[in-house]
Amino acid sequence: MFEYCTDPKLIEGFQWWSCYLTNGKHISFYFSFIVVLGLLALTVPFILLFGFTGALAQRASFAPLRWFGTIYTSMVRGVPDIIFFLFVPIAMDQGIEVIRHKIKCSDWSEPIRQGNDFVVCTAAKMPLSSSPQWVHETYGFILATIAFAIVFGAFAANTIHGALNAVPKGQLETGAAFGMSPKQIFRRIHLPQMWVYALPGLSNLWMILIKASPLLFLLGVEDIVYWARELGGSKTHRFAYPHGDWRLGYFLFLLVFYLFLTWVSEKVFDRLMHKLSRGQNTAAGMA
Amino acid sequence: MSCYETFTNYALRSIGIGERLLPKTDFTLCDQIVLIGSGMIWNIYFAVLALSLGFFFAVSLALGRSSDNPFFRVPARTFIFIIRGSPLFIQFFLIYEVFVLIPKMGWDINLGFIEITVETRWLTKAWLGALITLFLNTAGYTANIFYGALQSIPKGDIEAAYAIGMSKRQVFWRISFPTMLRLAWPSYTNEAIFLFHATALVFFSSFPAWRQEGDALYYASYFADKTFNPFVPYPIIALYFISFTLLIIGLFGYVNKRLNRHIAKN
Repeated sequence: MFEYCTDPKLIEGFQWWSCYLTNGKHISFYFSFIVVLGLLALTVPFILLFGFTGALAQRASFAPLRWFGTIYTSMVRGVPDIIFFLFVPIAMDQGIEVIRHKIKCSDWSEPIRQGNDFVVCTAAKMPLSSSPQWVHETYGFILATIAFAIVFGAFAANTIHGALNAVPKGQLETGAAFGMSPKQIFRRIHLPQMWVYALPGLSNLWMILIKASPLLFLLGVEDIVYWARELGGSKTHRFAYPHGDWRLGYFLFLLVFYLFLTWVSEKVFDRLMHKLSRGQNTAAGMA
Repeated sequence: MSCYETFTNYALRSIGIGERLLPKTDFTLCDQIVLIGSGMIWNIYFAVLALSLGFFFAVSLALGRSSDNPFFRVPARTFIFIIRGSPLFIQFFLIYEVFVLIPKMGWDINLGFIEITVETRWLTKAWLGALITLFLNTAGYTANIFYGALQSIPKGDIEAAYAIGMSKRQVFWRISFPTMLRLAWPSYTNEAIFLFHATALVFFSSFPAWRQEGDALYYASYFADKTFNPFVPYPIIALYFISFTLLIIGLFGYVNKRLNRHIAKN
């Protein structure tokens, strides 16, 4: 980074630290914070989408759709999220490859599962083995995002379902009395009022989502945990910047990062709640 | 190998009893069910011990946080803030690193009549190190639930108790504590479920599985890796977790009924 960094063995003190903390691997480490924040930001719309779909399915008048909604939300409650994070990406990967195999190599006669092997033709591999490294990484990241969205979508569906039920019946009946159609009632009265009831649950969900983000590491994404372990491990003199086992320090840094993230989120949600409560038919709104 | 033989060989494999070598090829459904079930022993061990020990620490933390004395209040608040504000995954890593760095030696503690040697190397083993982490984690979350419940005890109840001449201690044990439990119980049930699910992280994330003696997820991912087929082991472990979650809900529901048995039903 700096000019005096060409030979780190010769410098010490502040200069050594300024070089050490700006070397290539540390830049990757800092970048991985953006990866984690990016995952959090990317999953939120999908979580809300899955949440709404699940909640509306639970309210549907068509029975099989209702069962589907109920099974989806209660299943995630009964099974640890980590199992979904391990299962969903690999299951989706295999599903995509089987479909591509069926389309692209229809003349292939051998079965896909041969004992303990999973064999598809080369053209069906996803992503293609010839594609560059960043394609593989992005593909893994997308699968991880989908896994997160499925799991947290179920939690969101629970919250939204409860919030939709919490809107006072009188409000909806008033809408009907004014001659609004069911669609109008939902869009103009039910949905806007739902948010204030859903927000405590959704803010809680956001906190859980933040705290689940280091699990990306287990999915093979090079996230902050990966780099903290990589950089913190002791380095011998063959490395440019030799040091002992500093993993404790790196993990303390991650701890502070997460504490800061949750603390800021809490403040933001408090303000949002205050804003949304204004003029609502709740204790906080009356005050 | 028949399923009965598999059961006798592998049912206690996760705690080191039975066949040493894990099956390498030709995994039958029976193999997977028995071994993953064997791993559940660890999940139950962690959940039961962490929850029951954590309960007492959580009550003291909740009392500390609602105390007027800053000497108790500040440490309790800080502890709860750190535990609730950071991922369990990071806590596992952090505590493991701390335990590794503690010099691997024994301390002799002289209790006057007997000498106990405290061995620090056990701390890096999952059965103790991970248990301590889970214990601290659940204590932090539960303390927050109990603190909230303490704050929402009706004032009139406590004033009435003082008015009929109860001492401070009597008010706590007869009024505050039972009411706190009653109010906190539904949330505490959720926390118990979350902690039970968190036990799946132990062997998978930080604490190494010694001699391949791991928990249910350790074996499930072992099978998924070996067979390239996630559609068998993961549904099995999911079913195990669902049934134990239902058991927790049942047990806690029973306690909830007992706690509320004097309340009029409507």
